[in-house]
Amino acid sequence: MASSLRALRPALSTLSRASRTAATVPRTFTPAAMLNAGRQMRSYTEGIAHTPVFQLTEEEEMLKESVSKFSQEAVLPRVRAMDEAESMDKAVVEGLFEQGLMGIEVEEEYGGSGMGFTAAIVAIEELARVDPSVSVMCDVHNTLVVQAFRRFGSKTLKEKYLPRLATESCGSFCLSEPASGSDAFALQTKAVKKGDGYVINGSKMWITNAMESEIFIIFANVNPDLGYKGITAFIAEKNFPGFSIAKKEKKLGIRASSTCVLNFDDLYIPKENVLGEEGHGYKYAIGLLNEGRIGIGAQMTGLALGAWENAVKYCWNERKQFGRYIGENQGMQFQMAQARLDIEAARALVYNAARTKAAGANFQMEAAMAKLLASQVAGKVSGQAVEWMGGMGFVREGLAEKFWRDSKIGAIYEGTSNIQLQTISKILQKQYTN
Amino acid sequence: MTSLRILVPIKRAIDYAVRPRVNAAQTAVETAGVRHSMNPFDEISVEEAVLLREKHSPKTVEDIVAVSIGPPKTVEALRTAMAIGCDRSVHVEIPEKADMLEPLQAAKILKQVVDREKPNLIIMGKQSIDDDFSQTGQMLAGLLGWGQAYGASEISVDGDTLTVKREVEGGTDVVKGKLPMVVMADLRLNTPRFATLPNIMKAKKKKIDKLKLEDFKERAENRLKTLKVAEPPTRQGGGKVENVDGLISKLKELGAL
Repeated sequence: MASSLRALRPALSTLSRASRTAATVPRTFTPAAMLNAGRQMRSYTEGIAHTPVFQLTEEEEMLKESVSKFSQEAVLPRVRAMDEAESMDKAVVEGLFEQGLMGIEVEEEYGGSGMGFTAAIVAIEELARVDPSVSVMCDVHNTLVVQAFRRFGSKTLKEKYLPRLATESCGSFCLSEPASGSDAFALQTKAVKKGDGYVINGSKMWITNAMESEIFIIFANVNPDLGYKGITAFIAEKNFPGFSIAKKEKKLGIRASSTCVLNFDDLYIPKENVLGEEGHGYKYAIGLLNEGRIGIGAQMTGLALGAWENAVKYCWNERKQFGRYIGENQGMQFQMAQARLDIEAARALVYNAARTKAAGANFQMEAAMAKLLASQVAGKVSGQAVEWMGGMGFVREGLAEKFWRDSKIGAIYEGTSNIQLQTISKILQKQYTN
Repeated sequence: MTSLRILVPIKRAIDYAVRPRVNAAQTAVETAGVRHSMNPFDEISVEEAVLLREKHSPKTVEDIVAVSIGPPKTVEALRTAMAIGCDRSVHVEIPEKADMLEPLQAAKILKQVVDREKPNLIIMGKQSIDDDFSQTGQMLAGLLGWGQAYGASEISVDGDTLTVKREVEGGTDVVKGKLPMVVMADLRLNTPRFATLPNIMKAKKKKIDKLKLEDFKERAENRLKTLKVAEPPTRQGGGKVENVDGLISKLKELGAL
């Protein structure tokens, strides 16, 4: 613990500088210095400017309010219809771009909002409270696609694509294939050098946002003999010859979010559209998915909160049986309290993972834990919420049943629950092996 | 064309979606831990000021300043106003626990802010949804000796002439006035935009001038005394009647006929 605190200290002091109530960080931490500092600081630990994990900066607070308003007024009226039609309303996508929600972390010079990672997490969570499908569009676009360009793209690629991604074009992250899901690096799609570029052949599966996207990050192997070390990330556009959407999946949940099968038939990619370095694709994918998991965690806590709020409002204000609101029965009260407790515990992990990442510390285990718990809580709470509401929870008039269906994906995408457990146990085993 | 210098007085109030509760002592509405946001009528005023700038050439609207009198957290409402498009703002800070100002008290302070900022158009909400007085704008116009238009549903500017449509019972009332003027916004004037993320970030860099109540020479005394605040009586459920005859006999039964 002490060593991890030491590791975090420089980052935390940066954080404290950024926060409104900047506290003084003493340069030395000797016991004497601590005693001398005692008048200003009650203790050593409080002195390094710990803030509650849910405390937001002024801008994050404003973003939360603005996104909440947008979801209530511009998304909520369309949620049921989009789910039934299994398609995303164009007006919602346009709204996301207009609000600056598709370029949350993109620098202002590229037309983005110039906010931080936690801001993206706040936005993803707020959107999921109303519609997890809209939330995942924002999540994948921001935490995987935009991030890939920001972190690994050349200046030319950034200049070419970031302004589009921030203001008008949705993006997809294409890693999974028919025969490679959890075992992502067993991917079969091949890229062969040809002239001044590459020719890609193969197919991808489960590609989120594919129907709406114009920009695609495709992982393909340039040298299968090297195994996963041949995996390279390429940038393709929808109108590139050889690119096609083969099929749109019909799903159990998040039905408004498109999930497609893509085919690449001699898809030509100019060499300047290689993202980062050839053969480094696997590294990029791992890194991005680590961050992405925090986003999915936020989608799941937002979903859980939305399902919980929807149900308790009904139980405490509308439904009366035996002469009182059903939420006034202790059997209900305790369940509702326990569910909220579970949600807040998961949120604490999600926000802690986000702040840990923002602080520049290692966050792989934090992210895996956050995503795992959040998806478990989302599944459990949204299921209970249906039961609390009885018949009204079961009919497709309200949103209770939809939240429950939507929660299932949380245990599947961006690393299944078992993969999260494996990640966590691998890290722990490393720490505890002599 | 006269360039407009718009002042938009705003207030941070309990959020419109929150159901207000009376405090235990029955002296006021409970505000601690309750969600607050910009008074909806004021959001409309801010939007209108920004719309005027967008509708006309950029030079037409020289300056849009938001001003608010309130506790420290009022800064949040000012930041929102600047994220929607105000250029800068003035915060007259009052202590957290201080009583809410009465309309004349607010109007007197605002008048002095006007003397300082020299706007030629004031757009403000016709009322705030917390105390619902709906008096501050008119008092401010009176103190300034400016023309006023209450309950605007449409504003158009032509040189230094303002035409304001007001929704009145049974139709529309159109008033014309010369600048400087005070216009009080009604709900149907416009639909406020959401603050976008890039604008939230820009708002962070905009200036907020801090003032304190003591900085104002002219101040009014409290004129009102709150005796008791109580919840409205719970509404008794009505009854249904089968037909007109049923209605008549019910009314007779109640002694209304």
